[in-house]
Amino acid sequence: MTIRGKGYIVGAYEHPTRSAPDTSLAQLHAEVAMGALRDAGLTKADVDGFFCSGDAPGGVLSMVDYLGLKPRHFESTDIGGSSYLVLVSHAVQAIAMGKCDVALITLAGRTRSEGRAGTRPRPRDPNQPDMPWETPYGLATVNGYAMCAQRHMHQYGTTAEQLAWIKVAASHHAQHNPRALLRQVVTVEDVVSSPIIATPLHRLDCCVVTDGGGAIIVARPEVARSLNRPRVKLVGAGEAIKHQAGGYTDLTVSGATASGAAAFAEAGVAPSDIKYASIYDSFTITVLIQLEDLGFCGKGEGGRFVAGGNLISGVGRLPFNTDGGGLCNNHPGNRGGMTKIIEAVRQLRGEAAPPVQVKDCNLALAHGTGGILATRHGSATLIMERE
Amino acid sequence: MSTASGGRAISAPMVNPEIAPFFEAARKGCFLVKRCGDCGKSHWYPRAICPFCGSLDTEWMESTGKGRIHAFSIMRRADPPFAIAYVILEEGPMVLTNIVDCDFDRLAIDQAVHVVFKMADNDVPVAMFTPDF
Repeated sequence: MTIRGKGYIVGAYEHPTRSAPDTSLAQLHAEVAMGALRDAGLTKADVDGFFCSGDAPGGVLSMVDYLGLKPRHFESTDIGGSSYLVLVSHAVQAIAMGKCDVALITLAGRTRSEGRAGTRPRPRDPNQPDMPWETPYGLATVNGYAMCAQRHMHQYGTTAEQLAWIKVAASHHAQHNPRALLRQVVTVEDVVSSPIIATPLHRLDCCVVTDGGGAIIVARPEVARSLNRPRVKLVGAGEAIKHQAGGYTDLTVSGATASGAAAFAEAGVAPSDIKYASIYDSFTITVLIQLEDLGFCGKGEGGRFVAGGNLISGVGRLPFNTDGGGLCNNHPGNRGGMTKIIEAVRQLRGEAAPPVQVKDCNLALAHGTGGILATRHGSATLIMERE
Repeated sequence: MSTASGGRAISAPMVNPEIAPFFEAARKGCFLVKRCGDCGKSHWYPRAICPFCGSLDTEWMESTGKGRIHAFSIMRRADPPFAIAYVILEEGPMVLTNIVDCDFDRLAIDQAVHVVFKMADNDVPVAMFTPDF
């Protein structure tokens, strides 16, 4: 069994807002749902599968009620910001099993309006078994990732300047995105001279905090062929959870080693075949570690791989996050997985901003890391092909 | 036993029956880790199931409370700044913790540290580490 060719992304929509103080969270879910259906040329009545994650208020029950859906299949896996990539994969699985024909996946967040940044610990369930061993120590998001960055520097000689190139590349792309929160092109010097948030990460090593959201429609091949949109076919997917392994783990390695290998094997392609990559960019270090673990370069070579503009569209070997990514464009709900899928779809359709559109983009990868890189995270990889 | 960590309030850990012995020992200055009665391997954080072999026969054992800093990050954005770290214990496993009572600018990977207990805001002792220097 494979998901290869069993489902297509037929609708994709990114909410234009980056600040929504006067919109409810449920309303944002409704707006992105209808936006994606409009993009696909489908209606709400066509939806028979619904997928959401931890950002959805009230979960599947409240969302299905609020949106007025009648799904015969639903799911709400939550692996943080990478949830939406795994939900696309699970939607195709459900379609392949005949459990639904048209799956709607939504994400929305009001993190900017609610003042929730990655510098503060997130609210946790007191029954969560790891909680007593983490919350007293002020584990937030940023300092969890920062320790991975420090280890990478220690083990492989990676420098702050090399990490900065990831932000520089994202900013080169964001200048062409009128909706991006940060559109100014920055230099390596700008990044390394910005204030330290958690050593060794600077302010400009961190993603933006925005309100907004996005939605994806996945459909079976017969439905995709009936629609008037370029066809984006799912050809490979992988998922993994990486954790502290009882206290014996390498902080420089992510779940992408497993999820990436599974996705490439299913798709029957290699990293060198990928024309465009959406890579989760909660922090610059997130990108670096994932690029290595997905096989775009060797372990420990990420610093040299990203330096000099290798991720800039039209300049380097691997154009990434051409919308500006989470580092510059949008990171709604502190969950960047949805926007990663959406920009990959734009690239495969030829609908990215013209200055960053990758020529003949027929094979793209989207990858996410959700949770905290150091302690526990979910990894999800999707490989998509333009048909 | 100090009552604060450099002026930073320590969020209270919720103690449940599975881990209560750790905190009872900590009140006496004793740092416990869990070891598997079947495969013999120590793990962190402490739990009823051995995360390696799946045995439910895990036992508390006293740790030397000594280890080395594996990774750390100074949260400069916080007021006051604090140091989060992973410390590798002599017994083997790696522990998420804070490094306290020291000059953060002198911290380094592989530095020798030992356990100290600090009181959280619910009067529960929390294991932290301080450099041997």
